[in-house]
Amino acid sequence: MLLSENIKMAIHQLKANKLRTFLTMLGIIIGIASVIAIITVGDAMTKSVMNSLNSMGTNNIEFYLTSKSTTDKDGNVETTGVERDMKDSDYFTDKMMTSLKDSFGDRIAGISLSAELANGKATQGQKYARIAIKGLNSYALTQKKLTILAGAPISDRDQNASSKVALVSDRYVQNMYGQNADLKSVLAKHVEMVSGSSYYSYTIVGVYKYSEDQNKMMTGEASNGSGKNLQTDCYIPLSVAQQALHSDALYGDFTVIAGTTDDATQLKDDISKYLNQHFYENNDAYMADGYSMQADIKQSGEMMGTLKLAISAIAAISLLVGGIGVMNIMVVSITERTREIGTRKALGATNRSIKMQFIIEALVICLIGGIIGMILGSVIGIAISKMIGFVAVPSISSVVISLLFSMGFGVFFGYYPASKAAKMNPIDALRYE
Amino acid sequence: MPTNIKPVTNADTSPVIDMTGIKKSFYIGTKNELEVLHGIDLTVMPGEFLSIVGQSGSGKSTLMNIIGLLDKPTSGSYILNSSDISLDSDEDTSHIRNKEIGFVFQTYNLIPRMSALKNIELPMLYAGVHGKARKERAEELLELVGMTERMQHTPDELSGGQKQRVAIARALSNNPSIILADEPTGALDSKTGHVIMDIFHKLNEEKGITVVLITHSHELASETQRIVTLSDGLFIDNPELSYSDNMTKGI
Repeated sequence: MLLSENIKMAIHQLKANKLRTFLTMLGIIIGIASVIAIITVGDAMTKSVMNSLNSMGTNNIEFYLTSKSTTDKDGNVETTGVERDMKDSDYFTDKMMTSLKDSFGDRIAGISLSAELANGKATQGQKYARIAIKGLNSYALTQKKLTILAGAPISDRDQNASSKVALVSDRYVQNMYGQNADLKSVLAKHVEMVSGSSYYSYTIVGVYKYSEDQNKMMTGEASNGSGKNLQTDCYIPLSVAQQALHSDALYGDFTVIAGTTDDATQLKDDISKYLNQHFYENNDAYMADGYSMQADIKQSGEMMGTLKLAISAIAAISLLVGGIGVMNIMVVSITERTREIGTRKALGATNRSIKMQFIIEALVICLIGGIIGMILGSVIGIAISKMIGFVAVPSISSVVISLLFSMGFGVFFGYYPASKAAKMNPIDALRYE
Repeated sequence: MPTNIKPVTNADTSPVIDMTGIKKSFYIGTKNELEVLHGIDLTVMPGEFLSIVGQSGSGKSTLMNIIGLLDKPTSGSYILNSSDISLDSDEDTSHIRNKEIGFVFQTYNLIPRMSALKNIELPMLYAGVHGKARKERAEELLELVGMTERMQHTPDELSGGQKQRVAIARALSNNPSIILADEPTGALDSKTGHVIMDIFHKLNEEKGITVVLITHSHELASETQRIVTLSDGLFIDNPELSYSDNMTKGI
């Protein structure tokens, strides 16, 4: 018998008892809907968290100096060096940076170096704006991914010539020159700030767009100040900051950006080893160590995946209960329809076609339930995601999975009752009251 | 004493049913074997209208199940339309049953919630007949039994006699070799019963359809061309004697 005839017959049969069919489907609907809703919310959450983590730079590896120590197999750290304050000869130097670039070549996309000079109020007559002056090398500057609204970013020539130039934020301009100030008009003006006994003055070459999100993410803290006059960064060439600090190209830390092909965690270990072998072997107190966010991101991604799976598994229990409900109804239905089965056999139905008929009936219940559940689950998932503040997109995979799953459930839970029906002896079935 | 009752129709054509030495035993528990049929020989020629008469417990239901391929004999040979079917697999048996046997039951056994038309289409569905041809044939058969008006009615909406007419149409749908009618008027009042019997007579006389009627009623049986009487698992020689015997027993 044709499959289409079987499907038609199943739909006819299910239509004949709408309430029962709906109640049977309800189990599958709730099961599929809850699984899909959880997957949708979980995906949205994972995506959003991973996006913000990634924007912080998965390829960034931060290196810093730490007291010389060894870690034993139990993870206990034991200090092996002398305890003393850091002196100039302990710091990272430009020579080390050059040496790293030479040794690691393509594995390092760049090294970003920075020095914080000062923060405080920049003044212009009665007006003021809070700023933090930071010296950045050109690579560090590109890593900031700034949007330049007016003027130009700090050029390599400025970096090399130690030009006293600065990039300020649009917020700075608004605070200093009024809300509607023309950004271009501030170019070539000066940023002036007095901090302690030092006086800083730089020529503005460009204005960048201040991004609150980026700031929050970078510093990990909410914007300070009550919104209106909050502190923004003022970027100057690294060498200028170093001169102002009277330090001679020494760094307490630096950030390596891994080349795209490299595993950041591996690169971190390699660079630490390299630095310690070549430059800190004979240092009595300090050694280099690194931190890569990639491992953390990987771990949190794995953790979220596990969490999602665990909750999905709990939701899947309701799907299982729904499936058992389908099986239960099929068994009842087959008992009720014993005479019908006997008649069908007498009319020439083979065991196989009887089995097929009931499996298809279970399959149709589960498939329709699955489709309704999928739609319901997606709607609920998207609504919840929206409420929490994530963007949810129902995935093709969840659609495919739910359809395959519900079909699988139909066959699985329909098989036993269908076999029972197929095995019925037609003589007994015809006599059944 | 088993007796082969010779058919009345001419012997030129090969028989529809040719049974020899059919025995059927049931096993109750482990040891007690109950033989219900003790060796039945039966020949039915095409176009015959035969009735098998017997009291409850005479084995007529068992015999009907064997003729209708719902059950297999313990021993003996059964040749249906020149082919030995005693060794066929379940699936083959289903196909033969579908094509060769048309059942009419005492309790109609129409599929509930399916229209008269769909019920008639069912055996054709199992035979793999396609949609349009199926519907045309079903309509034709409904006309034959005078049920065209009730085509879309479900069994719930039909009277007993109407249900049985639909059941007869269904039995005819695959042009079977025989119609096997098991107490077809048993659940009907005598007037409606006569209407149903008239349909069988009409089908037999006008269309030459072979009908085997299984009944306990000698009155119905007497309307048919040939009567075989089953008693305690054997055909008996003298139906008249058996009839009066049973009548005496009945009183």
